[in-house]
Amino acid sequence: MSAPLSIRGLVVRRGAQDVLAGVDLEVAPGEVCALMGVSGAGKTTVLRAVAALQPFTAGEIRIGAVALAPGRLLSEARLRPWRRAVGMVFQAHALFEHLTVLDNVTLAPVHALGWPRARAEDVAGTLLETLGVLPRAAAFPRELSGGEAQRVAIARALAPDPPLLLMDEPTSALDPARRGSLGEVLRSLAREGRALVISTHDVDFARAYADRVAVLSHGVLVESGAAETVLTRPQHAATQALLHGSPEGEAWPA
Amino acid sequence: MACVRHSLLTASELSFPARARAGGVRGGGGRGRRRTLWGLVSGGIVPWSVAALLAVGGCTPSPASRGGPEQPGAVLQWGGDAEGGAPFVEADPATPDSMRGFDVEIAGMLAEGLERRPRFSQVAYASISASVERGDYDVGLSGVEDLPELRERHSLSLPYFEFREVLAVRAADTARYRQLSDLAGRRVGTLGATMAYDMLLAAQREHGVVPISYDDDVHPYTDLADGRLDAVLLDHVIAERALRRSGGFVIQPTALARGHYVAVFARADSALRDSADAILRARMADGALERTFRRWSVWDEQQRAHFDRVLADEPARAVASVRAGDRGLTRYLPALLRGAALTLVLSCLAMLLAVTLGIAVAAGRVYGPPVVRVALTVYVEIMRGTPVLLQLFVLYYGLSNVVRLPAFLAAVIGLGLNYAAYESEIYRSALMAISPLQLEAARTLGLSEAQVLRLVRGPQALRLALAPMTNDFVALLKDSSLVSVITVVELTKQTAIYATNIGSWFVPGVVCAFLYLALSLPLSRAAIVLERRWSHP
Repeated sequence: MSAPLSIRGLVVRRGAQDVLAGVDLEVAPGEVCALMGVSGAGKTTVLRAVAALQPFTAGEIRIGAVALAPGRLLSEARLRPWRRAVGMVFQAHALFEHLTVLDNVTLAPVHALGWPRARAEDVAGTLLETLGVLPRAAAFPRELSGGEAQRVAIARALAPDPPLLLMDEPTSALDPARRGSLGEVLRSLAREGRALVISTHDVDFARAYADRVAVLSHGVLVESGAAETVLTRPQHAATQALLHGSPEGEAWPA
Repeated sequence: MACVRHSLLTASELSFPARARAGGVRGGGGRGRRRTLWGLVSGGIVPWSVAALLAVGGCTPSPASRGGPEQPGAVLQWGGDAEGGAPFVEADPATPDSMRGFDVEIAGMLAEGLERRPRFSQVAYASISASVERGDYDVGLSGVEDLPELRERHSLSLPYFEFREVLAVRAADTARYRQLSDLAGRRVGTLGATMAYDMLLAAQREHGVVPISYDDDVHPYTDLADGRLDAVLLDHVIAERALRRSGGFVIQPTALARGHYVAVFARADSALRDSADAILRARMADGALERTFRRWSVWDEQQRAHFDRVLADEPARAVASVRAGDRGLTRYLPALLRGAALTLVLSCLAMLLAVTLGIAVAAGRVYGPPVVRVALTVYVEIMRGTPVLLQLFVLYYGLSNVVRLPAFLAAVIGLGLNYAAYESEIYRSALMAISPLQLEAARTLGLSEAQVLRLVRGPQALRLALAPMTNDFVALLKDSSLVSVITVVELTKQTAIYATNIGSWFVPGVVCAFLYLALSLPLSRAAIVLERRWSHP
């Protein structure tokens, strides 16, 4: 599972505007990287480009030996190896409303990977248990709380065992206690050797659970480094603004 | 005396609606004079009305002076079916707003004798007697057949024309098919709800003939020429007209039965009927009626004999009724149930086709290349934008030179193709309603586009489509009644036959409605249960 994510010179142009203007980012296996920035800074666009949901104009995205090139998205058939390498947890969870929790999690192993159902259910059961939602296995998505839905979404993304997991604003709908337990989940996934990229503007969360922080501002990566360093001694005005404007209202310690 | 008066007043009151409307056209000016004329005409025919006339003119308050019903107006409103065409009633090719035909001339004679002006009302052939009874017009005249049950329910004039039921067959079959008994297992067409149709039903029981009911009297003959039918049984007037018009068959010389055309009046309007009978007798005697029939080439020696019998006051030779026996619900229920079963099977097959094709069209419009999308859009717009009745006609008759579809198959295909257009729009909008996020989530899991459609988008869209689909199926169940135009006798057609036979729509209508509800309610119920299961697992 040693397939670090490497993004080089990523440009996404929409009309005359550069949504991303040359982003470079490396994430190693076992590392949790927090992609930070105010709304509209380009965090979600980076994640979508890495998840091959969004074409990009220039640059390269590589996971181990596999790379995405600029231009139109490849067909789903040619994207298969990429899909296997990247798991994505959407901000809105996007669970399949017509399937039970268990079927949501086994869908990809059974249909995309061709596993026997028994094996898929075995793996799904383990994941759901680890994430504390096994009792909800027979429930439908609309019956879940926000926290449960998120953990099911994580289980679904992890079921095909991707070395890289992307999460878009995972803390946005969680209360502080849930945030803590999500953080622990992320740490344990990293310990298994996975690379994690999460977009967030939750400074406390990033400080507590991320190894590294990369700050985006207007489509440019303005600051990147160890979480502790960046969040304690921010060098760039955008990072400083982020810290001042953090939801907890925490003042930037001099 | 009082009793006699009473009966006349009752009669004029009951027959009031049609005449009152006709009178209203002219205004109130000559009301008194027309009233007297009306009394004179009826008085000349029926002796007791002479006494009544005295009462009206003198001692007793008249309906009009009581503010009651008006007297007959200067217009004789008459109903007929111009679609039946010449020589009965047809739109004049020179001035399509006016009518011509021997029934038009007879209406003119009646109006003249009554000192009124004839005015034509278009009415479907099968509804002529029901319409006259509800007062839509004074008299129905359009090759109306003299049938015992019609006589029970309405006032009929004397028989003014005698027709023969004749068999038309293809020339090659002239020697083979001479009688109905020669046609065991063969398809024989006729106009529904006629004496000929009843003869065919009797022949079905006795000889295994397959009766095919038509809504018009043109297509049986074209279908005979095309080979869809083996014979047609209809009035010789109609058969000879069809032979002149299109040919392709021969008429067997032997008449299988004789029948008469009559004018039909409301049951309570027997006084007007009596006046009409007097006028018809006079025109038979003075040769006017003969000249009319000669003009329309339907005069023959048989009519001379018939006229002589009528003028000698001989009752018209009894028509051998094939409608004897019980006319109640129990007799018709099996046929109605068969009609309902046919409606159900037809609707299910058509819906199956519509759903299958609809899914394909929707998928093509959502996923297909531009050319496919444009072609499918054109298909959908044509199917939705033109009447399904027209589509059925084109499919069954219009394409009969290219592909000769059996009627039932044509009905399934016609309804199926039409409803596929509606279904495809339901599925398309349901597919479009699935959030793009669901599709992206499915893609990031490594599902192929086909799997995304099959496992995620399709199932969710189907849930959204369920309610409108149920709605469409119920609509299709009812639209299936349209296929009677291509000779499929389903529930509504069967009901119409029943209603025409007994001369009332009440019981047949209630039974028919009940059967449709019995078909559609369980369906709606099943859809609700399914919907509930999907939303509350």
